[in-house]
Amino acid sequence: MSESYQSIGSQQSSEEMKLLAQTMVESLERGDLGQAVALVNQMKEVRDKTLYLEIGRLTRALHESIKNLNIESVGAGSEIDKATDKLQYVIEMTDKSANRTMDLVDAGIPLAATLNERSTALREQWQKFLNKELKPDEFRSLTRDIQEYLVDSERHSRQIKDQFSEILLAQDFQDLTGQVIQKVAALVRDVESRLVNLVVMAGTVDQITGIQHQGLDAEPEVSETKEIVAEGPQIDKTVDGVVASQDDVDDLLSSLGF
Amino acid sequence: MKILIVDDFSTMRRIVKNLLRDLGFTNTAEADDGSTALPMLQQGDFDFLVTDWNMPGMSGIDLLKKVRADERLRHLPVLMVTAEAKREQIVAAAQAGVNGYVVKPFTAAVLKEKIEKIFERVEG
Repeated sequence: MSESYQSIGSQQSSEEMKLLAQTMVESLERGDLGQAVALVNQMKEVRDKTLYLEIGRLTRALHESIKNLNIESVGAGSEIDKATDKLQYVIEMTDKSANRTMDLVDAGIPLAATLNERSTALREQWQKFLNKELKPDEFRSLTRDIQEYLVDSERHSRQIKDQFSEILLAQDFQDLTGQVIQKVAALVRDVESRLVNLVVMAGTVDQITGIQHQGLDAEPEVSETKEIVAEGPQIDKTVDGVVASQDDVDDLLSSLGF
Repeated sequence: MKILIVDDFSTMRRIVKNLLRDLGFTNTAEADDGSTALPMLQQGDFDFLVTDWNMPGMSGIDLLKKVRADERLRHLPVLMVTAEAKREQIVAAAQAGVNGYVVKPFTAAVLKEKIEKIFERVEG
């Protein structure tokens, strides 16, 4: 990026102006109107000269800055456009991963639940057997159940293990989306610093030409009833007015009579 | 018990739906923002509303206000499940008449506790 623009010429010319103005006041006090008018004209010349010089410098700096801003960074097919596509990709990746994970969990929960139910039932029957409370036909049924359970549990536990591995793999989005987000964040920072430079330059133009923007520096009006808007997740939990946890939410609500 | 889940992210709707199912609430419907949720609430016989705050179209807080302003829906219990975590936002939701407020990310235990608390109070 280009160096920050700084006006050097304008300070020089203001010194010159001051000198001329002082001399002009002196000639007026002496009653020398002719010289005073001549000095006013000289002051005008200085102003014009500075203005042309500064405009020349500004034009070059502006040109440089726009070149750096990379005009391709806005509009279709631009950096910003690409960044938007990249963020869309992040949304898609995280969506896909979350759904994949939930599909696997949905498929795994019934398997684990069935294993749990059947082992509970078998344990109860086994306890009866140990207590010698089982009739011979009940015992035959129990051995059959145990046989089936062993076969099924072998299969189901392997399925659950595979589902866990797949869930693990479905987290690969973090790496990919992380890289994309880092790139987009770098672009935003870059564009911001270039824009700041442009703002500095625009400020210098205003200063030299004496343009004053009305209400630009004024505080934005704060309406009486401030609209509460959604802000999304608070990244920094230590900021004033941000609750750090569900416990804080509960405390706040209970203080309001909930 | 018929529950409407409102969130613009389908994954979050799915998470809430699964948690509710684990708590024994199987009769659920989904909407992706306030403006699709409101007509569903007005037409359907929902007993409970779980809504996000930040959504395109109509936000959760506006949905809550519309619900409280509707003669037939004004007593519907509303649980807000949201990433919005500023004190002023929570106060605003409370003033708008929310019954419970859960900040994301949340756990199944927190959701369960808040839902049970709301029903205790509504029935009690």
